[in-house]
Amino acid sequence: MSVAICVQELTKQYKDVTAVDNISFTVEQGHCFGLLGPNGAGKTTTIEIMEGIISPTSGQVIYKGKEYEGKKVDESLSQQIGIQFQHTALQDYLTVKETLSLFSSFYQHTLAQEQIIELCDLSDFLNRDNRLLSGGQRQRLLLALALINDPDIIFLDEPTTGLDPHARRNFWQLIKNIKAQNKTIILTTHYMDEAEQLCDDIVIMDQGKIIEAGTPLQLLNKHFSEVFIYLPAEQVPSILVEQNKWKKLAGQIEITTCDIEQTLTLLMNSKVSLAGLHVKSANLDDLFLHLTGHSLRGAK
Amino acid sequence: MNIKRFFAVFKARNIEFFRDKSSLGWSLFFPVLLLVGFSFIFSGEGRSAYKIGWVETTKGLQGETLKNPFTGTRYIDFIHYTDIDVAKGKLSHHSIDLVIVNQSRRYWVNDESAKSYLVEKIFSDKLEGYTRLQMSGAKIRYVDWVLPGVLGMNMMFSCLFGVGYVIVRYRKNAVLKRLKATPLTAFEFVSAQLSSRLFIVMCTSIIVYSGCNLLFDFFMLGSYFDLFIIGMLGAFCLISLGLLVASRSKSEELIGGLLNVTSWPMMMLSGVWFSLEGAPPALKLIADFLPLTHLVAGAREVITEGATLGDISYHVNCLLLMSSVFLSLGAYFFSWNAER
Repeated sequence: MSVAICVQELTKQYKDVTAVDNISFTVEQGHCFGLLGPNGAGKTTTIEIMEGIISPTSGQVIYKGKEYEGKKVDESLSQQIGIQFQHTALQDYLTVKETLSLFSSFYQHTLAQEQIIELCDLSDFLNRDNRLLSGGQRQRLLLALALINDPDIIFLDEPTTGLDPHARRNFWQLIKNIKAQNKTIILTTHYMDEAEQLCDDIVIMDQGKIIEAGTPLQLLNKHFSEVFIYLPAEQVPSILVEQNKWKKLAGQIEITTCDIEQTLTLLMNSKVSLAGLHVKSANLDDLFLHLTGHSLRGAK
Repeated sequence: MNIKRFFAVFKARNIEFFRDKSSLGWSLFFPVLLLVGFSFIFSGEGRSAYKIGWVETTKGLQGETLKNPFTGTRYIDFIHYTDIDVAKGKLSHHSIDLVIVNQSRRYWVNDESAKSYLVEKIFSDKLEGYTRLQMSGAKIRYVDWVLPGVLGMNMMFSCLFGVGYVIVRYRKNAVLKRLKATPLTAFEFVSAQLSSRLFIVMCTSIIVYSGCNLLFDFFMLGSYFDLFIIGMLGAFCLISLGLLVASRSKSEELIGGLLNVTSWPMMMLSGVWFSLEGAPPALKLIADFLPLTHLVAGAREVITEGATLGDISYHVNCLLLMSSVFLSLGAYFFSWNAER
């Protein structure tokens, strides 16, 4: 597997804030790479340095062996990358079709308009004014603009923020379709289910630093060997809770265990009803809480 | 410069403007409304003061001027000229009512002007010993005189706000950031914005002029081509100024203030509403640094005096020089986003 992007000792210092603090990582060709972290972790700053939108204070980004030091990326590189920003307005009064034509004209090589319309499912609102698009339609159009030049590398900065669950799942399917074409995707998100669904590799950032990196499975295995069993509190005798030091959380008993079979045997032997029991493995949200001590979405 | 990208942005900006019915309507309706209003307000003969052109072709006679027997009269404005032809031109268009050349003891009246007739009668005793000469010429109505000013002012607002405000809005809501991420260069983007606005401004100005011409039958001594050229140069210069003002700002409030600071002095000091002929030299000097002054003055000379581009080369050169300075500085300071 070849390296698509190599980020080396990247730092971005604003007046009295270090937004990105000496981070390094590599992105493999054809992988979906997730930059995770709470609001203000430095994800957007990192991705915008990689895109050439802002310049780093120090460090460098190497694309397929070609070094670039920030400022606007050179044209040959910008022909090969696609970007979907977290916050972007589109030109008012232009229709979806006109917007696609406008962006097509910027690139030497583009996908056929019919192809991009089908890929991003734009046909129902092709002649609609940009201002009248719903959140999901708008995100699909922005993704279409990111893909219009058939890029090798695609940056998606929190692409599903603000979308309803149905639109989010639709969007994930689009990204999976793109991923199937061996494109490299760099995704920032603070939705852990999104990262688990889409990302091959992740780095978790907090306060400008990388606090963990690897595949989701590697990281979860590294930090969590146990699973969580939940039972309604009224079904579990208090003495059993105290003896085993189980936690009582919002009307439920949380049992942390490395051996599910042994715990279930203990419960059944104690004549505890297993009605309402559910088992949960640790997820990336738990991992982040474990690593930083504060919740991923609630932070800052 | 990639022409395909340039035309794509040019076309997109034009579509954006022409589909914005409120902006388009306003830019067409506002100058017509002003012209109708002013033609109505100044259609009467209510002005009480008379204007006399006082010509002294030789320096050193200022003392004699001050001592001349005419200057003490109330409600008579004396305007000093050094060029007799300029004064006679003004008289022929009824801008002034009498021309006196004290050195050669001659004076001119316009036999088509009632006010010229009256002012001659008022000063008949004092003009004894002066040779009477007469000339003719139709009156330039106020609406003819104010036309270049109103069109120029409309162009100014369209250029400054249509470029400055739009670029800052693009920057604020990250349209520029999105464009920066494409191969589009800053030069292509800026030149497309400039060309689009120039196209829009010239189209709307031609429509407004032609429409109003049907209504008012404007006075026109010069050539329409010369008027078009000076209009285009003025618009180009004002767009460049808009680009410079908007080169870095990300705040719509700030750009609103900056554009007002830029536009209001031009509206007051560029001779849009009234002539600066009698203004203090310091004010005239300030006005000379404002692009609208040269646009309005150049257009007015073409319309009312039949001047050619050669005759107004001073204004043409000033506009070209200012455009170069504004564009160079605008290009130097231009930033896609707030960070440079």
